Amino acid sequence: MTGNVAQAWGAKLARAQVIAAYPITPQTTIVERLSDFIAKGELQAKYLTVESEHSAMQACISASLAGARTYTATSSQGLLLMHELLHWASGQRTPVVMGVVNRAVGPPWNIWVDHTDTMAQRDTNWIQAYCENNQEVLDMVIQAYKIGEDAEISLPVMIMEDAFYLSHTAEPVEIPHPTLVDAFLPTFHPRHVLDVDEPLGFNVLAGPDLYEEFRFQLAHAMEATATRIPEVDEEFERSFGRSWGGLMERYRCEDADVVLIAVGTATSTARVVVDGLRDSGVKAGLAKLRFFRPFPREDIKHLAGEVDSITVLDRSYTGTYGGAIYTEVVASVKEIPHSPKVRGFYAGLGGRDLSPEVIKDCMMETLKAEESGVVWADVREFQEV
Amino acid sequence: MVKLSLPQEEYVVGGHVGCLGCGAVLAMRYLLKGLGPRTILSIPACCWAVLTGSYPRAYLNVPFVNTAFESTGASIAGIRAALDIRGVEDVTVVGFAGDGGTADIGLQALSGMLERGDNAIYVMYDNEAYMNTGTQRSGSTPLGAWTTTTPVGGAGRGKEQPKKDMMGIILAHRVPYAATASVAFPEDLVRKARKAREIAGPTFLHIFSPCPPGWRFSSEKSVEIARLAVDAKVFPLYEVEEGTYRINRNPRKPIPVSDYMSLQERFGHLTKKMMELFQAEVDRNWEMLLRMVEITEEKPLWG
Repeated sequence: MTGNVAQAWGAKLARAQVIAAYPITPQTTIVERLSDFIAKGELQAKYLTVESEHSAMQACISASLAGARTYTATSSQGLLLMHELLHWASGQRTPVVMGVVNRAVGPPWNIWVDHTDTMAQRDTNWIQAYCENNQEVLDMVIQAYKIGEDAEISLPVMIMEDAFYLSHTAEPVEIPHPTLVDAFLPTFHPRHVLDVDEPLGFNVLAGPDLYEEFRFQLAHAMEATATRIPEVDEEFERSFGRSWGGLMERYRCEDADVVLIAVGTATSTARVVVDGLRDSGVKAGLAKLRFFRPFPREDIKHLAGEVDSITVLDRSYTGTYGGAIYTEVVASVKEIPHSPKVRGFYAGLGGRDLSPEVIKDCMMETLKAEESGVVWADVREFQEV
Repeated sequence: MVKLSLPQEEYVVGGHVGCLGCGAVLAMRYLLKGLGPRTILSIPACCWAVLTGSYPRAYLNVPFVNTAFESTGASIAGIRAALDIRGVEDVTVVGFAGDGGTADIGLQALSGMLERGDNAIYVMYDNEAYMNTGTQRSGSTPLGAWTTTTPVGGAGRGKEQPKKDMMGIILAHRVPYAATASVAFPEDLVRKARKAREIAGPTFLHIFSPCPPGWRFSSEKSVEIARLAVDAKVFPLYEVEEGTYRINRNPRKPIPVSDYMSLQERFGHLTKKMMELFQAEVDRNWEMLLRMVEITEEKPLWG
């Protein structure tokens, strides 16, 4: 099945109760499939065909507050339109789960893979997981509910898949048995709901004497995810026999001279590159960031204590010096005494092919470079037209 | 002694920070008297987002959620969907938004909710400007009115456009029930709230809510001004049920708009000519309303 169908299956197996979504390429086949599941009676859910992504997110937030498990999906511009409400979802602690098919942000129009859309949401206090293949997509949607609905966490989660490389590419995917999923993921029982028998007011004014404490609690909840996420994955493995690791997965990082840090489908290509480099005598490794929020700060620091050179691949441009991942990696490695050299590379934007050659060049350039810095890896020479 | 036939129960409790003579407080008070305790409210940014309370206090005896400015329609749709799928019955879901949150920034989500037919009541309490932010003009501000963004003096002559016809926009969605109501007529308001509650589908209440600081009048005159608005036909009381129009108060002795306007400093600068323009617009709207009653008496426009 495709990544989008895997998203839909994840939401179905998790028994999402309220789904509100608005179509955008390349997300559409997720919500089309969910509509089919509901029409055929395979999924007992209310589907709200809202008039915008903004309303999709608001409907999910309010439905979650009224006690329903919720799901939505979007991409690119749709995610940007939701931005205001992403803060509301996390701020009021509603564990909405959203599938995001990473797509470039316009202008110019571009529907292909690029992570700028979700990286631009890094400050909204959503848990962010990036997937490498369609099995991971399906499994992570189920795990997302378990993580987000945890009483200590109570945060929304977005599960990412790369446009077309996953969203529209079919792979063999094992569909977990519904009874096993039910056992793994209990029904949604939030601590506080909109209930006429126990009237509560939500999101009332909090002035300078209280606001900061609300934010502190939010930060505390996000910190708690760093330990909860690996635990949930271990529980998942006990139920389904598959494990995806914690916040970060290491691949052949033992005694490495250079390690590549990347997210999404580029990590599959990177595994091949690492194998090839190892075969030719270069001690290369891969650190796959499975989560960008919470940022795997401790994993990065451990890694930084073991290697001299780190390559960071950013498939997004966020206007900072160095990409979104680069800046976070640099900030983390600076917390240890002898921080390694970190080279950041912008590459593969707007769906440009991230070939093994490009990734290999980035890693070899990192080994040669004298110091940390940022490079546009695969940009063509600009010419006046 | 006249005995009001209003429910005794209070759902707006003391301590809220509403201004003296606040029409929006009366609107909420009467609305909830009509709807009763099995009501869930969704309130966007507006005066009532502040009136609901300041953590950890709340001044409503029904559950409520404050939301982003433009999303009331989507919020109540989400709440209703959750209650339905969870099998929670006999609960009224209400969006309670100001005129800016309804006629301007919230219009898209409201239209979506009406078009889908979600089962909820949308209430627009109309104080005819962005009052929570200090009286900036909205689409619902009437012709000629002073606001801080339609100043008077120099080239400024107050708002140059007429008030947006929200009932017209709502009715274009062919909703089963929509009504205007006024804080000067609480029994009519309570009846309409109950009527809306009994209808499964999207319903709309447009409640006229005078604002003493924003309209610049003395706070004890709120109800009087609301009554004059109805009797001057500036804000007629009517309801539209399944495509049939009905006027709820046909003033036997109509008064000129100047009687209504002269009590409010926001209209204090209006010349005789501008007053005549305003009167002409009010007369035209009233004529149209009478025509709609006449037309739909024979055959409802929908339903």
